[in-house]
Amino acid sequence: MPFPEEIHAALIAARVRVVGYVPDAGHKRLLELCHADRRLRAVPLTTEEDGIGLAAGAWLGGQRSVLLMQSSGVGNIINVLGMAKVCRFPLLIVITMRGEAGEFNSWQVPMGQGTQATLEAMGVTVERADAAEEIAERVRNGLKKAFQENSSQAVLIAQRVIGIKSFQEQRNQ
Amino acid sequence: MKATLHRREVVVSLLKDRRNLLVVAGLGSTAWDITAAGDSDLSFPTWGAMGQAAMIGLGLALAQPRRRVLVVTGDGEMLMGLGALATIGVQKPANLSVVVIDNERYGETGMQATHTAHGVDLAAVAKACRFKKSITVKSMREVQNLRAAIHRGAGPIFADIKVRDEKLPLVLPPHDGVLLKDRFRRALLGKSADVLAEKS
Repeated sequence: MPFPEEIHAALIAARVRVVGYVPDAGHKRLLELCHADRRLRAVPLTTEEDGIGLAAGAWLGGQRSVLLMQSSGVGNIINVLGMAKVCRFPLLIVITMRGEAGEFNSWQVPMGQGTQATLEAMGVTVERADAAEEIAERVRNGLKKAFQENSSQAVLIAQRVIGIKSFQEQRNQ
Repeated sequence: MKATLHRREVVVSLLKDRRNLLVVAGLGSTAWDITAAGDSDLSFPTWGAMGQAAMIGLGLALAQPRRRVLVVTGDGEMLMGLGALATIGVQKPANLSVVVIDNERYGETGMQATHTAHGVDLAAVAKACRFKKSITVKSMREVQNLRAAIHRGAGPIFADIKVRDEKLPLVLPPHDGVLLKDRFRRALLGKSADVLAEKS
């Protein structure tokens, strides 16, 4: 099964109901699957930090959610992660990496290099998937830990797994 | 025209006989306001995450479509998260109201002017974001009508309530975020609040 289908299956198995996201080419297929599935409410956001508020509200109301974004969005969520930590809201963020091997836009590099350290500095446990076969297990683990521990978890999907090498390729994705 | 409404009176009036209303408050003055009106397990006052009050309200409204959800926040807090109004306008939760207690000031940091002091019109922003109803409120009669709409009207509803820039005594809710979260979930979800958290 391709990894977007595997992530979708993991979300359903974990009874996730709300999917907040800012789009990324690497999440394109997963977003289509989420929008097409009536069990899920896929909520497009104007900025990634709004996904943390959305997830907190959904959890207060008894629903599980996840947040999808690319690594540049991690820079936008730093302060709001403090709420997830101090309230111990369960949170899983699935992040497609930019600024790594194969990056075609140099402005993406600094945040890509700082993504993991930023998340860890704010108390988020990070697991990284460097191959497509590793992704589903990391996501299942992240979901399990987030909802068992009431903790913040992130799964980083390496840029080479997505494999987009140019603006043209991204547009054709 | 100078605002005449007193924020604590406004919030007491909005929360009068609140019944099953679920309430989220933005950090600072609005958190103190809802606490002064009477702390409740079904209130979630924030102490941080500035800009997120309306989004917390949206998540709650989507998860609990049969309950009415009220976000009470300040103009400074709302200005930090204007994108949330666009997102709410797209999701169209019929059970959500967002009310800004607008004193045109950053009240906790020295009463500096916010953009609303310079004419930025939050109700017009919400209207442009396709809220079902969006109003600016300047009288207690309008506040009473708004209270009725919060309980029964078709949302999403937005109201910008112009209030005086008063410095008022602090009435602080509990600080402990885990307590605030857990008491809310238990009051709303009963025993399943804890059982759900255990399953994986």
